[in-house]
Amino acid sequence: MPILETIRLEKRFGGITANHDVNLVVEKGARHALIGPNGAGKTTLINMLTGVLKPTAGRIMLEGRDITDVVPHERVRLGMARTFQINQLFLDLTPLESIGLVVSERLGLGADWWRVVGTRSSVTDEIVEVVERFRLTDVMHERTARLPYGKQRLLEIALAFTCRPRVLLLDEPAAGVPEAERHELLATIEALPAEVTVLLIEHDMDLVFSFADRISVLVNGSLFVDGAPEEVARDPRVKAVYLGEELDA
Amino acid sequence: MTVNTLNAKNLAAPAANVSAYLKSRARWSPFEIAFWVFAFATIWLFPGKHLILKDTAILALFALSLDLILGYAGIISLGQAAFFGLAGYFAGLVAKYGIVNEPVVALVLSGVVAAALGFATSFLVLRGSDLTRLMVTLGVSLMLGEVANRYSNITGGADGLQGVDIEPLFGRFRFDLYGHNGYVYCLSVLFVCFVIVRRIVYSPFGLSLRAVKGNPLRAAAIGIPVKWRLVAIYTVSAGIAGIAGALLTQTTAFCSLDVFSLERSADLLLVLIIGGTGYLYGGLIGAVIYKFLQDWIANLTPQYWQFWIGLVLVVLVLIGRDRMRNWIGTVRGAVAGVGVRLLPRSITLGGAAPDGP
Repeated sequence: MPILETIRLEKRFGGITANHDVNLVVEKGARHALIGPNGAGKTTLINMLTGVLKPTAGRIMLEGRDITDVVPHERVRLGMARTFQINQLFLDLTPLESIGLVVSERLGLGADWWRVVGTRSSVTDEIVEVVERFRLTDVMHERTARLPYGKQRLLEIALAFTCRPRVLLLDEPAAGVPEAERHELLATIEALPAEVTVLLIEHDMDLVFSFADRISVLVNGSLFVDGAPEEVARDPRVKAVYLGEELDA
Repeated sequence: MTVNTLNAKNLAAPAANVSAYLKSRARWSPFEIAFWVFAFATIWLFPGKHLILKDTAILALFALSLDLILGYAGIISLGQAAFFGLAGYFAGLVAKYGIVNEPVVALVLSGVVAAALGFATSFLVLRGSDLTRLMVTLGVSLMLGEVANRYSNITGGADGLQGVDIEPLFGRFRFDLYGHNGYVYCLSVLFVCFVIVRRIVYSPFGLSLRAVKGNPLRAAAIGIPVKWRLVAIYTVSAGIAGIAGALLTQTTAFCSLDVFSLERSADLLLVLIIGGTGYLYGGLIGAVIYKFLQDWIANLTPQYWQFWIGLVLVVLVLIGRDRMRNWIGTVRGAVAGVGVRLLPRSITLGGAAPDGP
């Protein structure tokens, strides 16, 4: 059984069809990349997967369960978390507070209004783990708004990771990260635990081909080609439509 | 270094560090202790000022209720008077008809009634922009005001609720004309409510509110039920506003339609613009400044005092809180050299500028 599956998923905005008849299958433990030219409907698709947008038609299955009508914060509890193409962070909080918040929400302590934050060792231990894993230790007390962009990008992924998802959706994680900070980001993505299934949406072909074990190509809102990286790279139609322009550049 | 290679020993030190840091956020600072010691000292220091101090304490509590939703959850409201007024009338009516005689019990019940109204109307303010929220909250308080006006056989209408007889506090302390017992009562209630609000703000729940305020989209994407958190805090805020309203009725043995007035809600925004939002003391400090400024100017020019209040407001907003905070920061830096912490961290770190109109 695939861990994440869409069945004839469709999204229309008035007369414009953003996604049409998308049957995406993500296997458990996969490093799955979703690529496609600008405007192919990648972000619309991820917004439907996470519940930000409601599909016009079709179903979304997570571990065999229909989650089409489940609200976003419930999907997080069911094991799916995402990052955003444009950072969506809590600028007034420090990385430590942000991560602590996610941990306490996941442990169901978020509605606890009496205990002071930080008094549970299970929470603080995990905060330290995440902060170390995402190389945020030296900036953990800084306000998020003041962090360098590369660190903010790491925090963006750290927040999603801390939800302990079984499926992690990364929406263009490397977008806009300066060359000097890129290596740190890529190494962190590489080091994500194998049991977490990753669906990566990315423009950067180097990253896609070094990371993914399966690639789906989205063109004009529909799935165009789907297969192992070598197949996709060889596919003449993909070259014509999309890869050609990118790879030759 | 990845997590896998970290053994428990390596983890222990930073974990203790993190824990200490998180806890230190919630520690009472010397400024706060000094603030409350001084507040209670005013009982003996200014016995002649108890009436205005009592009104100040009520206004401060009322402003605290708005700060809780505005400063911590980003909900702007022009209708806190709805809760203030409802609980004010409730406290007056239960005392008048002798349903609940003990003031403290009646006070708590009034808070509960206001919180119930808050819960019921919270769903109206969940959606929409700041402007929508301003109008919806304003609308609710206007409607309640008219309902109170319409049922004048119960509320006394334009004449106000007459014949309210408040029993002595704990059966011993009668509310006197000079506001002595009233002030001690109001200040104590303010303190108790403040401590509760402070706990809430520094809890995981309070942290999640700041996240919701900062970025509701992401808050939902990390599993926070945004809607229910807002409903919860709006309900708490309404309860506190209600307690403030009940205090006014109990200490004056009177309640009139102006408890629902737009001015009462608008004054509250003024108080928070003066004092700042999002660090808990904004409403308290703002209330003190507002009340005493009003009192002082009214003594100078009884007819035109609002002119000067308006001027102060314009200057305050134009100079901007950030700039003033920088001045405070400079002073604080100088004082810190002597080893005294003048102001809490939260003023420089967490005190967001008010989102007032």
